[in-house]
Amino acid sequence: MSHEILITQLLYGGAGLLFFLLGVWSFISHEPLWRKLIALNIMGAGVFHVLVAVAYRGLDAPPDPVPHALVLTGIVVAVSATALALAFGRRLDREDSERTPEVQGVDDREDGTHV
Amino acid sequence: MFDPLALAVALPLLGALLVTMLPGWSRALGMLTALATTVVALWLTVTVWGGASLHSDLGGWGVPLGIALRADGLAAALVAMANLVALAISINATGYFGTAESSRKFWPLWLLLWSALNGLFLAADLFNLYVMLELLGLSAAALGALTGTREAAEANLRYLLVGLLGSMTYLLGVALLYTAYGTLDLEQVAASLTPGPVALSALALMVGGLLLKAALFPLHFWLPPAHANAPAPVSAALSALVVKAAIYLVLRLWLDLFDGIVTEAAGMLLGLLGAGAVLWGSWRALRAERLKLLAAYSTVAQVGYLFMFLPLLTATPDGPERERLLTALVLLALTHGFAKAGFFLAAGLVQKSTGHDRIRELGGAAQSLPAATFTLGLAGVALIGLPPSGTFFAKWVLVGQAIALGQWWWALVVMAGTLLAAAYVFRVLARAFNREPTPKCFLTDPRTEIPALLLAALSALGVGLAAQPIAVLLGAGD
Amino acid sequence: MKASRLQTVLIPLLLSAIGAVLFWAFWSGVTGHEGERLAALALARVPESGASNPVTSVLLNFRAYDTLMELAVLLAALLGIWSLGPAAAPYQPAALLLNSLVSWVVPMLIIAGGYLLWIGGQAPGGAFQAGALLGAAGVTLALSGRPNAGLPDESWLRVLAALGTLVFVLIGLTLMFLGLGFLTYPPALAKALILTIETGATLSIGATLAAAFLGGQPRATRTAEP
Repeated sequence: MSHEILITQLLYGGAGLLFFLLGVWSFISHEPLWRKLIALNIMGAGVFHVLVAVAYRGLDAPPDPVPHALVLTGIVVAVSATALALAFGRRLDREDSERTPEVQGVDDREDGTHV
Repeated sequence: MFDPLALAVALPLLGALLVTMLPGWSRALGMLTALATTVVALWLTVTVWGGASLHSDLGGWGVPLGIALRADGLAAALVAMANLVALAISINATGYFGTAESSRKFWPLWLLLWSALNGLFLAADLFNLYVMLELLGLSAAALGALTGTREAAEANLRYLLVGLLGSMTYLLGVALLYTAYGTLDLEQVAASLTPGPVALSALALMVGGLLLKAALFPLHFWLPPAHANAPAPVSAALSALVVKAAIYLVLRLWLDLFDGIVTEAAGMLLGLLGAGAVLWGSWRALRAERLKLLAAYSTVAQVGYLFMFLPLLTATPDGPERERLLTALVLLALTHGFAKAGFFLAAGLVQKSTGHDRIRELGGAAQSLPAATFTLGLAGVALIGLPPSGTFFAKWVLVGQAIALGQWWWALVVMAGTLLAAAYVFRVLARAFNREPTPKCFLTDPRTEIPALLLAALSALGVGLAAQPIAVLLGAGD
Repeated sequence: MKASRLQTVLIPLLLSAIGAVLFWAFWSGVTGHEGERLAALALARVPESGASNPVTSVLLNFRAYDTLMELAVLLAALLGIWSLGPAAAPYQPAALLLNSLVSWVVPMLIIAGGYLLWIGGQAPGGAFQAGALLGAAGVTLALSGRPNAGLPDESWLRVLAALGTLVFVLIGLTLMFLGLGFLTYPPALAKALILTIETGATLSIGATLAAAFLGGQPRATRTAEP
């Protein structure tokens, strides 16, 4: 394997590992739901980064399609999970705003562009 | 040309799609799918029991390019248990949810979960396992929140997030294995795996991620609220099946993939955590105020027993002792699956008819709900481990092998756990029997009671007596 | 106070140590391998797969089972979102400028989605990219105040969301009953089957993403708006 490929793979793969660990750190040290979700997505991006780095085979050869396909599958799964978790968060917020009378009527759209 | 492996996954998926499209027919279509899937699963188990381990190359490309499904004895045993329990839960759900709006929400998610369970037990591809884990986690969290209460939503959101953390960690382990070995097929990686940094990191990442999902003490914090606040049929599925799927995967990785990498120290660590789970889970079950919370903590404890087998399995060389130990482990997992599902379904009936599940106020339940109380008793027999339940046999083997290996401390934990289990089961039964008898008929709501009763009877009587055929099944896959 | 300071020091230290081990593992994984992995095998068999874009070959043929289950994950997420409550109230109808922009952007997104779906057989593109664009069209419609993001009412939306997976699993099962094996395409039909599956998947992915953006069970079409 050529030197150039090795350096590229280590650089991008190493960055992926860094992303993953940053995500883990953020997940365990922050309480709000949206921060945990962003942390999980950063972790995911890190793993996908590692896979894409492994797929690289130099500028002359086509990349390994298998990790690319795994990353595409992984992205759709991550989007699905994030969407479901956000719906859970919205469900809990809605109940909170119904419980506390002083914020009653404030909707869940932050910009207030609400019918 | 039928492929039972593909059908076991595709049939519940097809059913889920149909009930999504035709919500008005969800109950009929759902039950039809449940029956068909169970028939396929039992057929699969009988085939493997006959001595042929099954293998299927989806897409016809063969490994490593394509994805394979495999069923050996271990997979077939769990598939049989999971599908029987799932069928009973389905029958119970037709009564529990009725034709209400929640029934339309329940069926598609439930069938997706079923598909994910079968897919997990039969998968032979490391990345496919990740997809299945996510399908299982998402559908389980959504089902758990169907009660609609704030507690349920909060607990299941936490469950979802913890599950996602676990699967991301697992996935990084898979990425490392692909980097080093260039294949995703479990058997191929296992064949070329050598001790080194990749194997150790992958072991830690994958098993660590799965331990979060298996709720091994002290990573169990999410389980009791999530399982106690779900609708009863869902609690039964979560405790009896979903947690089992994660444990099955740990076992599969431990025995097949990382065989030769795992050290006795690693096994000892998981065993000690398991011992902690037995003691802490049983203690909290004893102190629980609500029936479903008791059952959930009892699951934490039972998960602990399963992990206490790992140090012994790692220390025991290949041979009849090791096979006996593995049979005992599977027997315990199957018994707990049946018993806990029966227990939760009965608890659901108690909750529905008395309006609460506070153990302190259960007085007279035995008179007004004889079948449900009998179910709790039978399931209790299996949870404690009285003969002839499978738990009795499993604990017997566990204690015997622990003493034979000179690791006597596991025997102490088993005894303490058994005493605590007896205490928490009798605490429920004592409350249920404390009023004057008022004659009523045995069954109050056959559709919800009979499945629970059958599950509990299977756990207390069936699995233990079937130890020999199960041992044959486990041997068949090798 | 003390515990939290301990946390702020200990957790990064621990994670750095884990990071060092992981990088070591990755290093030895990369250097210890010849660098082919599945690439040569997959690329060699692309001509038999019915798609000339290797990633599409892997997604829709070699590892089609993963893709099928991934569509199931997407559906599970949508069903979960629906079970948690009703959708948010629609946004305010957009003013003239935004409205005319939307009526220009949405058809473009749909055409671009169709293009990506078609080109996916030969070049980067495919069902997921196309579905994401359709989903974006739905999100644009929702943001400009269209109730239900331009999606049909609930009963048809259910059909649309499940359609892609249904086509996929029915093709898989039919091939099994014909004796070829689950999801084993006959080479002559592979291209047509892949395009059929991708078309269904694109529609379902687009509809599911847009419906997920609404964040809950679709409301009955609102006739009596204030």
